[in-house]
Amino acid sequence: MNDTATALRIRPMDAADLATTSTTGPGAIAMRDLNFYYGKAHALKNVNMTVPTHAVTAIIGPSGCGKSTLLRTINRIYELYPEQYATGEIVIDGRNVLERRYPLSDLRRLVGMVFQKPTPFPSSIRSNVAFALSYYEKLSKSELNDRIEDALRQAALWDEVKDKLNQSALGLSGGQQQRLCIARTIAVKPEILLLDEATSALDPISTAKVEELIHELRERFTIVTVTHNMQQAARISQRTAFFHLGELIEFGKTSDIFTNPHEQRTRDYITGRYG
Amino acid sequence: MAIPARRRAADITAFVFATLATALGLIFLFWILWMTLRQGAAALRPSLFMQMTPPPGASGGILNALYGSAMMILVAVVIGTPIGVAAGTYLAEHGRHTRVAKVASFINDILLSAPSIVIGLFVYELVVRSAGHFSGYAGALALGIILLPIIVRTTEESLRLIPDTLREAGFALGLPRWRVTRQIIYKAAMSAILTGILLGVARIAGETAPLLFTALNNQFWSADLNAPLANLPVVIFQYAMSPYDEWHSLAWAGAFVLTAFVLILNILVRLLARKGRK
Repeated sequence: MNDTATALRIRPMDAADLATTSTTGPGAIAMRDLNFYYGKAHALKNVNMTVPTHAVTAIIGPSGCGKSTLLRTINRIYELYPEQYATGEIVIDGRNVLERRYPLSDLRRLVGMVFQKPTPFPSSIRSNVAFALSYYEKLSKSELNDRIEDALRQAALWDEVKDKLNQSALGLSGGQQQRLCIARTIAVKPEILLLDEATSALDPISTAKVEELIHELRERFTIVTVTHNMQQAARISQRTAFFHLGELIEFGKTSDIFTNPHEQRTRDYITGRYG
Repeated sequence: MAIPARRRAADITAFVFATLATALGLIFLFWILWMTLRQGAAALRPSLFMQMTPPPGASGGILNALYGSAMMILVAVVIGTPIGVAAGTYLAEHGRHTRVAKVASFINDILLSAPSIVIGLFVYELVVRSAGHFSGYAGALALGIILLPIIVRTTEESLRLIPDTLREAGFALGLPRWRVTRQIIYKAAMSAILTGILLGVARIAGETAPLLFTALNNQFWSADLNAPLANLPVVIFQYAMSPYDEWHSLAWAGAFVLTAFVLILNILVRLLARKGRK
């Protein structure tokens, strides 16, 4: 590894990473000729990439390059707004999820999303996790409690909130709120987690906790994370995709992208020449 | 650091004008309260709340009018709240970005500023004439129609203030829109929506014109909403216009009770809004 890699403290992909990562298994995301439009603005241009399972894929690039748009396309959250539309294919588990007849609630159960700012619902910690769970599954009270505990444990939040599950989620710290959002997302057992700059509104200690959490969750989920923070991309991801002006410039192993990029634009961006 | 004299002068001028304007508003409020209190002092006794409106020359209270007003406001709220909240929800959530919602919102604004006497006449024609008699229900309906657009508007605005990120978070979990609205958005907007309802109640509590055509008045105790019903604003109107001193002080006392009620409602609204911000 060269000096840049050392400076960024890159964790090279180890043998285990390579063994579990798959581009065809359940939870892999294959994008083909993906285009996205905000009205007339062409925000994603002919994106072709396959996000592997059981790995963290980081999307990096300067502001306005289409990073967040890419995430918002995968779970079709853009459909809330008229004039936003996507063309092409996103194939997950053998089906094109962009097809109109693909049910949104199925898609969003399969693909969870965590946003930049924590978005706790204005209700109790328990309800935050229970809302979606009890929508998808008929659970007895004790089953529901078990699933809530399970989700909060997976999100490394259980010990901090177990005595105040009925208190308002708005009373938690920002970092706790963000882990609660992760908990309620993984409670419905998705295959894919989309993280839209999930740590950028958090303090360094909370960020470290969430990063550690992402590292643990990687074994069970396909994680796609958008980040402005290149050290973070280098720390937590195994794959990195670099976008610029709506185009996918380069996609590969994180260690390759950061130490030996093929494209001049990638090299310029990660060495801080623009962005 | 020295502030230029011109800026300081402008600052002082603005400060003085703002203070004077505030003082002027407050003076009128306290003047009204003071005058109603002083003029109605003679009638402000416990009997005010325990006796019926008296014939000329006798002493009495306004119990029947308070009861009638309370019942009509209650029925108006029962009519106006569900429809108003549902319509406001449509405008802010389901119908947003649609032409229908824009048109409906505009029409609602017209209804919002319709003179209340017109609404009174409308209900008179619709209910009183066809039923053949004045009634508390007709009065409640008129008040409900006045209340409705207020609740539609405040609900719509309260929901619009909830950031889209919260909606997206709900939708991202796969929840359908009605669940997002009911379990998440309503909770977040709850105190603002309640505030709107209370402000609407404060507004209709003093409405007189529409009741003249609909509930009319009733000098005696009557709990029958299907008959003419006593109510505070019309009692104040009739008694204040009368030549009898006892009636005058009853009207003033009634006016004081009404003003105090509206004031308390507004203070309640403030407390609610403060709680909502936390």
